[in-house]
Amino acid sequence: MGWRNIFRRRKDDEIKNTTDTLSTETVSTENTETKNNFFQRLKSGLSKTRQGLFGKVESLLTGRTIDEELFEELEDLLIQADVGFETTMYLIDELRERAKRDKLKEGIQLKETLEQVIVSIFSENAAPLAIGDNSPAVIMVVGVNGAGKTTTIGKLGYRLKQEQAKVLFAAGDTFRAAAIEQLETWATRIGVDIIAHKEGSDPAAVAFDAVAAAKARKADVLLLDTAGRLQTKKNLMAELGKVYRVVSKELGREPDEVLLVIDATTGQNALSQARLFNEVVPLTGIVLTKLDGTAKGGIILALSHELKIPVKLVGVGEQNEDLQDFDPESFATALFSD
Amino acid sequence: MPFGNLASRLQETFKKLSGRGKLSEKDVTAALREVRLALLEADVNYKVVKTFTDKVKERAVGHEVLSSLSPAQQVIKIVNEELTELMGGTLSKITLASKPPTVIMMVGLQGAGKTTTSGKLALLFKKQGHRPLLVAADIYRPAAIKQLEVLGEQVGIPVFSMGDTHSPVDIANAAISHANSHGNDIVILDTAGRLHIDEDLMEELVQIKEKTKPHEILLVVDAMTGQDAVNVAEAFNEQLGIDGVVLTKLDGDARGGAALSIKTVTNTPIKFAGISEKLDGLEPFHPDRMARRILGMGDILSLIEKAEASMDEKKAKELAEKIKRAEFTLEDFKDQLQQIKNMGPLDQLIGMLPGMGQLKNLKGGLAVDDSHLKSIEAIINSMTVEERQNPSIIGGSRRRRIAQGSGTRVQDVNRLLKQFEQMRQMMKQVSGMGKGKKKGRNMLPFFR
Repeated sequence: MGWRNIFRRRKDDEIKNTTDTLSTETVSTENTETKNNFFQRLKSGLSKTRQGLFGKVESLLTGRTIDEELFEELEDLLIQADVGFETTMYLIDELRERAKRDKLKEGIQLKETLEQVIVSIFSENAAPLAIGDNSPAVIMVVGVNGAGKTTTIGKLGYRLKQEQAKVLFAAGDTFRAAAIEQLETWATRIGVDIIAHKEGSDPAAVAFDAVAAAKARKADVLLLDTAGRLQTKKNLMAELGKVYRVVSKELGREPDEVLLVIDATTGQNALSQARLFNEVVPLTGIVLTKLDGTAKGGIILALSHELKIPVKLVGVGEQNEDLQDFDPESFATALFSD
Repeated sequence: MPFGNLASRLQETFKKLSGRGKLSEKDVTAALREVRLALLEADVNYKVVKTFTDKVKERAVGHEVLSSLSPAQQVIKIVNEELTELMGGTLSKITLASKPPTVIMMVGLQGAGKTTTSGKLALLFKKQGHRPLLVAADIYRPAAIKQLEVLGEQVGIPVFSMGDTHSPVDIANAAISHANSHGNDIVILDTAGRLHIDEDLMEELVQIKEKTKPHEILLVVDAMTGQDAVNVAEAFNEQLGIDGVVLTKLDGDARGGAALSIKTVTNTPIKFAGISEKLDGLEPFHPDRMARRILGMGDILSLIEKAEASMDEKKAKELAEKIKRAEFTLEDFKDQLQQIKNMGPLDQLIGMLPGMGQLKNLKGGLAVDDSHLKSIEAIINSMTVEERQNPSIIGGSRRRRIAQGSGTRVQDVNRLLKQFEQMRQMMKQVSGMGKGKKKGRNMLPFFR
C-alpha cells in the first residue's frame, strides 16, 4: 500500500528537492517532474514568507555589529511576522545568549543562529500524519470560520487519492449555507465518495454514518469536515466534543488525527484557538493555510513554542496540489535560502 | 467580548497608576510599556503601536497630566481619545446614491466572511425599507453561489446569479440592469475571495469597478487578522480605493487589533462589525464606544440600544405599574429574565457594564453564564401558579418538590426565594421614594 508511506517518504524528497531546485526546470525524468512542480510551488509559496521576514532579517543583519539596538530591531521584525511577544522574547533571549557564548560579533552571524533556534522549536514536536496504522484512518478537521477547512479536506483527499488510497469524505458542516455542496463539488472533482446529510441535520449523526460507511466500504481514510466555529462559543464547542465522542465510540478508538486549520493571516488569536479547541477535542496537529499571501505565518512559531502542537501541513496555493507536508527542517532551510 | 483582554490589560495598568497622586514621566513610561505590550498582543500593527504610544506619551508627560488633580484619569482620557481617533473618530455610514441603485462591492481575502456579510448587509437594508439585490459574483469557490442563494432565501432577498461560466464583470453588469428593471435600489456584489498580491484577480476587481462604478467598496476583514492586516488593507486600497471596512467575527475573543491599524494606515473608516453568526448579527461600528469599551469604561449606549430592541414596551409599563403597587411576583420576575435573555448572551452584556470587564478575569470568577439564568427559570417553572403569586406559602416540603422538579438543590430554591424577597422589599422602598436608581443593582445578586 504505497500511500501509507507518503508521509514518511516526503521528508527525504523535500530535502533532496529543496537543495536542487535551481536545476529543476531542466530535469526531465517523468517521476521527478511532477515532484519538482510540487516543490516549485512550495518554494514560490514560501518565497513570499522568506522575502517578508527573512529577506528583511538578512538585510537588517548585513554589515552590522551585534548590539542591543540590533536585537531590538530584530524583535520588531519578529513581532511584525506575528511571532508574538512571548516567543519573540524567547528567540531574542536565546540569540543573545548564544551570541555571548559563541562570542559572535558580526550581525550576519546571527542569521544562522536564528535559523537553528527556529528549527529546534519545530523539531521538538515534529510528527508526520499518523494515518498509516489503522484502517480506516479517521482525520477530523476543525477550526474557526473561514480558515479553510473544506478546501484543506479537498486538497488532502486529492493527495491521498493520487497515492491510491481509498478516500471517503464526510460533510460534517451542516450549518453554513452550501457547505455541503462545497465539499460535494470537491468530491466530484477529485472522484471520491462522500457521506452527506441535509443542511441543518445533526453533525454527530453524519459522523456516525460516515464512520460506519468507511468501515463497511473498507475505506483507507475518512476525512471528516466540521462546521467552522469560534472557539469561545460554548454550545458549538460542546457540539464538536459530541462529534468527537461519537466518532470514537463507533470507531472503537480515538480519531487518528484531529487537525486544527489556521489561516496564516491569523494573529495572536491563533493561540486562543489552539488552546480552546484542544480543551474540547485533543488536537494532534495544525494545518497552516493561505501561506501564499504576504502573511508571515510566524504564528506557527508561537504555536509550536508555547503549545507544543506539531504543524503537519501547509497550504501554499489554490491548486489541488497545493497542500504540503510541514517539515521543520526543509521549511526552515527554504525560509533562509535565497 | 471584543477587545476583552486588551481592556483588562489597560485596566490593570491604570490601576497601578491610579494609586498615586501625581505622575512622573517614569510612571507614564512604565504604564505605556504595558499599553504597548497589550496592543501588540492584540495584533495592532507594530508601527501603529509605536506612533500611538509616542503620541500618548507626548500628551501625557506634559503639563496636562502632571498638574492635573487626578493624573491617572487624565491618562485614561488621553489614551481613550487617541484610541477613538485611531479607530476612525465617529460613526461612518454607507453613502447612498442620489440616483438608485446604490452599488456596493464586497471585497477581501478568502474566508474573511464576504458572502455571509453580504447577506447580513442586505438584511440590514431590507429592515430599513430598501429593496436590495444580492449578486453572486464569486465564480471560483465551489458552491459559493449556492451559499449566497441559500442566504438570500433565509433573509427573503432576491439573488442574481448567472452560474459560474460568465465573467464576474459580465455578471455585475447584468445584475445592475436587472436591478434597474426590477426596482432594486441597492445592489450588493459578492466577489470571490482573493489574495491582494494575485495580480490577475485584483485586475478583475479593477475591471468590475470600472464597469459598474460602485458607490461603496467595502473591504471585509477578519477580526483575528494579525500584523498582515495592514498590508492587505493597503494593497486593496491602493488598487481599488476602498470606502470602508467591515470587521467580521468580532464575537470571538480576538482582540481585533486589526481594526486599530487599518484606519491609521489606509485612512478608511470601519463601518460595520460582524458580531454573531446569526443573520442579524451585523452592527454599525462605533469607534468611540469601542474605545471606551477597551478601556473598561463600559458601553452603556449599546446596552441601552439592545434593551430597547428586545424589551416589550407594553410589558415594561405593566411591570412598572406592578412595582409601584408592590405586586411584583415571581411570574413577573420570570418575564424579566426572559427579556434579559433576549438581549443576548450574558457575558456580552456584562462586558458592556462599566467596570465589569475586570470581574470576568477574577479567578474562579463571576460565573455569568446563561445556565444560571436557566436554573432560576427552571425553579420558577416548577412552582404552581399559586406559589408564584404568593411565595410565602412555600414551606419545606414544597421547596423539596420544587428543587426536585427543577433539577436543583433545596439551597438553590432557598436562595432564590430569599433574594426575591429582598428584591421585593427594595422595590417597595424604591417605589416609595419614587426613585428607580438602585433597581438595576438588585438584579445582580442572582448572577453571583
